[in-house]
Amino acid sequence: MAEVAEQEKVKKAPSEPLFSKKNRKLITDPLTDNNPITIQVLGICSALAITAQLKASIVMTIAVIFVLGVGNVVISLMRNIIPSKIRIIVQLIVVAALVIIVDLVLKAYAYSLSKELSVFIGLIITNCIIMGRFEAFALANGPWKSFLDGIGNAAGYGAILIIVGFFRELLGSGTLLGFKVLGDPVEKTGLFAFGYENNGFMLYSPMALIVVGLIIWVQRSRNKALIEQE
Amino acid sequence: MARNTDSNTYTILFAIGMVLVVGSLLAFTASYFNPTITLNKKLEKQQNILFAMGVNEATLSGNADDATSFVSTDKVTTEFDKYITTQLVIEGDKATEDKEAYLIDIKKESDQVKSDASYVRKLPLFIGEKDGEKFYIVPMRGVGLWDAIWGFVALKEDLRTVKGVFFDHKGETPGLGANIKEPFFYQDFADELIYSGDQFKGIVVAKGNADPKNDDKTDNEVDAIAGATITGDGVTVMIKKDLAMYLPYFNTLK
Repeated sequence: MAEVAEQEKVKKAPSEPLFSKKNRKLITDPLTDNNPITIQVLGICSALAITAQLKASIVMTIAVIFVLGVGNVVISLMRNIIPSKIRIIVQLIVVAALVIIVDLVLKAYAYSLSKELSVFIGLIITNCIIMGRFEAFALANGPWKSFLDGIGNAAGYGAILIIVGFFRELLGSGTLLGFKVLGDPVEKTGLFAFGYENNGFMLYSPMALIVVGLIIWVQRSRNKALIEQE
Repeated sequence: MARNTDSNTYTILFAIGMVLVVGSLLAFTASYFNPTITLNKKLEKQQNILFAMGVNEATLSGNADDATSFVSTDKVTTEFDKYITTQLVIEGDKATEDKEAYLIDIKKESDQVKSDASYVRKLPLFIGEKDGEKFYIVPMRGVGLWDAIWGFVALKEDLRTVKGVFFDHKGETPGLGANIKEPFFYQDFADELIYSGDQFKGIVVAKGNADPKNDDKTDNEVDAIAGATITGDGVTVMIKKDLAMYLPYFNTLK
């Protein structure tokens, strides 16, 4: 992905540049070979719950990118003063506070959007990827690296959400972002004129698990190194 | 590092400090945004009430494609005053006019009744007029699968036929129960009868009513959403239960 442009940046920089190869890997790794959902198998619960529609997947992605990016930086800045005994609680408070602020801002300035998101905003708190990254990365690394790691992991999570949401909405409702791309099932236009039917089963959560399973299968058959040894 | 971050004293002090900082931060944020949020909620109620009686963006713009959008927030207060001619509060058998009846919290009212059986519940009723027709708009509240659902049902002047409805929910499943606020669902309610003969039936969200296009407006049934049985049943119960509370008053009008 844009390999050339990124290599130029690396050459120019003297010490540890902002986008050094190592730092870039923080963003690209979670998108591919260390994806939070398909490799680390984290955040599955929300991936099942909200991917019945593409739009919800996209919005959740944006919200998680924000919360994880900012949260990682906050935790990273506090990493030397957090008492280790209560670090999990501290992390939880940081996520909860961020999520509440996001919720209030949306309610005040984008009321109709906040109504559509309703539960998702609250669900961010329960997303294990967030706590996982705080614990595994932000507590041990500087703010900039933590920021990149947060963005990367949230984007990796979001990429899977969007893929799953795409297939579930397309095959389950015959729509994408609410547009009837396959025709109208009641009026029998488009594909439906040829006897095609929506697969209502796609709207149920178990199908999200199956779609995620298929993605894992495809990913591991393309990169054999990801297959766990006995 | 000089500081011992593992000592009990430090841990406790840190916890106290963190709670104070985060607590006050959130309190300030909340009170800063509170006026805007309250206003948003007021305007939304006005939008919902107008929407149920068929006043939407299309009424203003004349473009039929806008029929599923609310009257925009900047215009809604003037439109509300224009179309909603009377707001009533019904208490027992007396009805009084109240310009702010739409602000009555239905949830609080029903909670009051639960905790105090002798409490006379305040029932808000909105009377709207559009193109010479008179509509009675009833607010309602019930439970879906996960959380609360609510809505407004506008009845025509005969008090038997539905003019239009609006439903909303707190946290129904997107793509399933959340579809009660989608046009394909709520538009089915228009012109549906809430009576079968003289018998009050409400409107049943029915599975397998063999009328998916809802051509039969006299069967007191609309087609359910597949995969949203509990939300649909919630809508059925909400309509029947909450409309029933208004029947004594409606009977005095007939």
